[in-house]
Amino acid sequence: MSDILHVKDLRISFPSRSGPVEVVRGVSFDLGRERLGIVGESGSGKSQTGRAILGLTPPSGRVTAERLEFDGIDLRGASPATWRKLRGRRMSMVMQDPKFSLNPVMTIGRQIVEAFHRQDNAPKSEAKDRAMVMLESVQIRDPERVYNAYPHELSGGMGQRAMIAMMLITEPDLLIADEPTSALDVTVQLDVLRILDDLVTQRGMGLIFISHDLRLVSSFCDRVLVMYAGRMVEELKASELHNAQHPYTRGLLNCLPQIDGGQRPLPTLRRDPAWLA
Amino acid sequence: MSTTNPENAGGRWGALPYLGMKTGKLVLTVGVTFLGLLFVTFLIGRVVPVDPVLAAVGDRASQSTYDAAYIELGLDKPLYHQFWIYLSNALTGDLGNSLLTKKPIIEDIARVFPATLELATAGIILGTLFGVPLGVLSAVKQGKLADQIVRVVGLVGYSAPIFWLGLLGLLVFYAKLGWVAGPGRIDIAYEYSVTQVTGLLLIDTAMQGQWDAFANVLAHLALPAGLLGYFSMAYISRMTRSFMLAELAQEYIITARVKGVAEWRIIWVHALRNAAVPLVTVIALSYAGLLEGSVLTETVFAWPGLGQYLTNSLQNADMNAVLGGTLVIGVIFVGLNLLSDLLYTVLDPRVRRR
Amino acid sequence: MAEMSTRDWLLSDLPTSRRQAKLGQTYRTWLLLRQNRLAMLGLGIVALLIVMAIFADVIAPFDPYAGGDLRTERLLPPSWTHLMGTDDLARDIFSRIVYGSRVTLLVVAMVAIIATPIGLAVGTTAGYFGGWVDTVLMRITDIFLAFPRLILALAFVAALGPGIENAVIAIAITSWPPYARLARAETLTIRNTDYIAAIRLQGARSPRIIWGHVVPLCMSSVIVRVTLDMAGIILTAAGLGFLGLGAQPPQPEWGAMIASGRRFIIDFWWVATMPGIAIFVVSLGFNLLGDGLRDVLDPKGEK
Repeated sequence: MSDILHVKDLRISFPSRSGPVEVVRGVSFDLGRERLGIVGESGSGKSQTGRAILGLTPPSGRVTAERLEFDGIDLRGASPATWRKLRGRRMSMVMQDPKFSLNPVMTIGRQIVEAFHRQDNAPKSEAKDRAMVMLESVQIRDPERVYNAYPHELSGGMGQRAMIAMMLITEPDLLIADEPTSALDVTVQLDVLRILDDLVTQRGMGLIFISHDLRLVSSFCDRVLVMYAGRMVEELKASELHNAQHPYTRGLLNCLPQIDGGQRPLPTLRRDPAWLA
Repeated sequence: MSTTNPENAGGRWGALPYLGMKTGKLVLTVGVTFLGLLFVTFLIGRVVPVDPVLAAVGDRASQSTYDAAYIELGLDKPLYHQFWIYLSNALTGDLGNSLLTKKPIIEDIARVFPATLELATAGIILGTLFGVPLGVLSAVKQGKLADQIVRVVGLVGYSAPIFWLGLLGLLVFYAKLGWVAGPGRIDIAYEYSVTQVTGLLLIDTAMQGQWDAFANVLAHLALPAGLLGYFSMAYISRMTRSFMLAELAQEYIITARVKGVAEWRIIWVHALRNAAVPLVTVIALSYAGLLEGSVLTETVFAWPGLGQYLTNSLQNADMNAVLGGTLVIGVIFVGLNLLSDLLYTVLDPRVRRR
Repeated sequence: MAEMSTRDWLLSDLPTSRRQAKLGQTYRTWLLLRQNRLAMLGLGIVALLIVMAIFADVIAPFDPYAGGDLRTERLLPPSWTHLMGTDDLARDIFSRIVYGSRVTLLVVAMVAIIATPIGLAVGTTAGYFGGWVDTVLMRITDIFLAFPRLILALAFVAALGPGIENAVIAIAITSWPPYARLARAETLTIRNTDYIAAIRLQGARSPRIIWGHVVPLCMSSVIVRVTLDMAGIILTAAGLGFLGLGAQPPQPEWGAMIASGRRFIIDFWWVATMPGIAIFVVSLGFNLLGDGLRDVLDPKGEK
């Protein structure tokens, strides 16, 4: 099982009043058909890393890397034509809040079909059938109603499932999930994760799961990457999380409250300015 | 369970209670505004330093004629009673008689209104046709040369006096270049060969198959409509740019990019469709604004519409006509504002489907 | 301690007095505004207008009211003597435009002085007290907003009689409603904040709260709005002048000058064109300045 994504020394900087500021400072990893979790707090650069892989960094940002390769295709400075071939067909992204990430004036069905149509100009009926099949596969019980519904008519969980359906209908090789459950209720979170789990396993995709929730990521992913202030501070297998070396990761682990007691008072994270170097 | 909360618009009657309350509120607001309009024009009428009785009967009338007219005009009654008479008359369409023509004002207005309607409609069509695409272009090429040019063009529209541009337009395009016809709606040669059915000359001439008259009307309409169109284009393009920029910054645009949707589709199908919701409101408001512009434009182009009626009445100190005209324009203005509110409600699916 | 330059004092992060903080804020705003070249152009134009108005006696080469020789000096094209030509009464157009700047400035200033306090008062009162006070005041505002500005001004001038004072009153009456709306919107956002509650707990009464605290917070967006409006006020005044309702002849009001030059536009284009250029330039100046101020003071609000 060969790696599909190679990232080496990825750096992203944005202009600011006091000069360019690097928000991602030298991130490197390789991804095969496995699940990689990227964990970090707000501002750690994890979302920007995900967007850079899809070439969606805002125009004011500068992206450089020693290596940024998907399935042999160099993503650095890729042309719009290259991106058209990759985005939607081979790489996809599920975003955080379906309230904002779905077009409010288009029906769900139309938005899903649009993702499918990008592939080949399949006839309309086939596109609709495929969309219905996808909606069923994300366990939406009444796919006809959801197909004709507008995003604001769906609950958060349903909207996110529709989003997943939309992003997986073209059977991409790589899926980036940027905080896919953060906007959902806890009970719904688990449902959506389970669906994502099944679909990713069935199709043998590579998955990058971006989140601030360490526990969630460690239970869901094979490997975990911990980011702080734009840098990778630790990379390890999820099963070996308890053996984390870096004080930031250890600090995060210690902060997690245990249901059966644990330390009192609850420890908080102590940040060492040395980590910013 | 509140029936005025759109979230609760389910149940047996569906969205009816919610829509009902909303319409009810609108009607009430409009009613009160209309009342206010009448009150303001009534007040203005009473402020006039000119004696309305003298204006009606002339300087040389005898005392008895004067007294009779005084009573007939209701000036002996208390103020609130006068207002009541004014109000009930207005509601039945009786705006009094013009001091000049001695005919009912409402008839005069009905006669001149189609000219303004044709002009303003032509203006808004031009303004939208050019304004929306330019606004989109401006938003997409934000900061670049195209954006700057569109903004400058718009800025001129905000800063130049419309009557001055009209005069310059006549000077250049009519007098010097001869590309368009001069003031007036139609050449005298054609004026009596057309039977006015709707009052909208373009439609009337087309209906009667008089194509050379049609061409002539078009030649006369081109410059003033172009002028009004330019002014509404300035406003519409600016607002389109603003709305498009707001939409293009939304998350669902990123979703569309992730799906690999072509850039032109993202702009014209995704973003514009969302921006269209407030944009239609803006277009309706701009249409209303053209009423204001038409007053000065019609003066410059000798266009026999409502605007010119108003200014003529003004110059002839025909206060009844001025107030009647002001009232009518006010009503239309309120109506268009109302329409734009309703359009917003209808077009936004977040409100519509419930 | 080393001597601080004035600039450092103004930009200091730790102001020691309210005055220093206020001046510092104003200075920072000024620095931001200065970067916008178009806004600076607008400011320049406005400054030029003010200079022209004040020093009209010195700048204008001829008397704006007395004409020259009616046989030889009527309707002369622009030349070095008469920079903008002469009109049909042999008066120098350039001088008339220079003196006309006084009329323009007067109108703009008077309307701003009259309409702004009214709008602020109505809007903040409505927003602060809410309830029926709000409803009544807003209904009144809406009624005035229901008429297009020029039309209502026209009706008022028709009633009051032509003349510059009546024109100013008429325009002012039609100008205050948008400011009231704006002030009300701002007041609504401020009304429930903690610091207003704190002042109320300290025993301050409503008028003091409104004028001392709410109004200053509304000021920046109202200033932006008023500046942007000035172009519209100038155009409305010019429109009234064009219709013969503003300043009466022989006063050199720019709109009226266009009207009187209208008859000769084909053969003597400068008579009507020059005043229009003046109106256009001044209006443009206010628009540019207002846009710049808006970007600096209130970037979120794009109306």
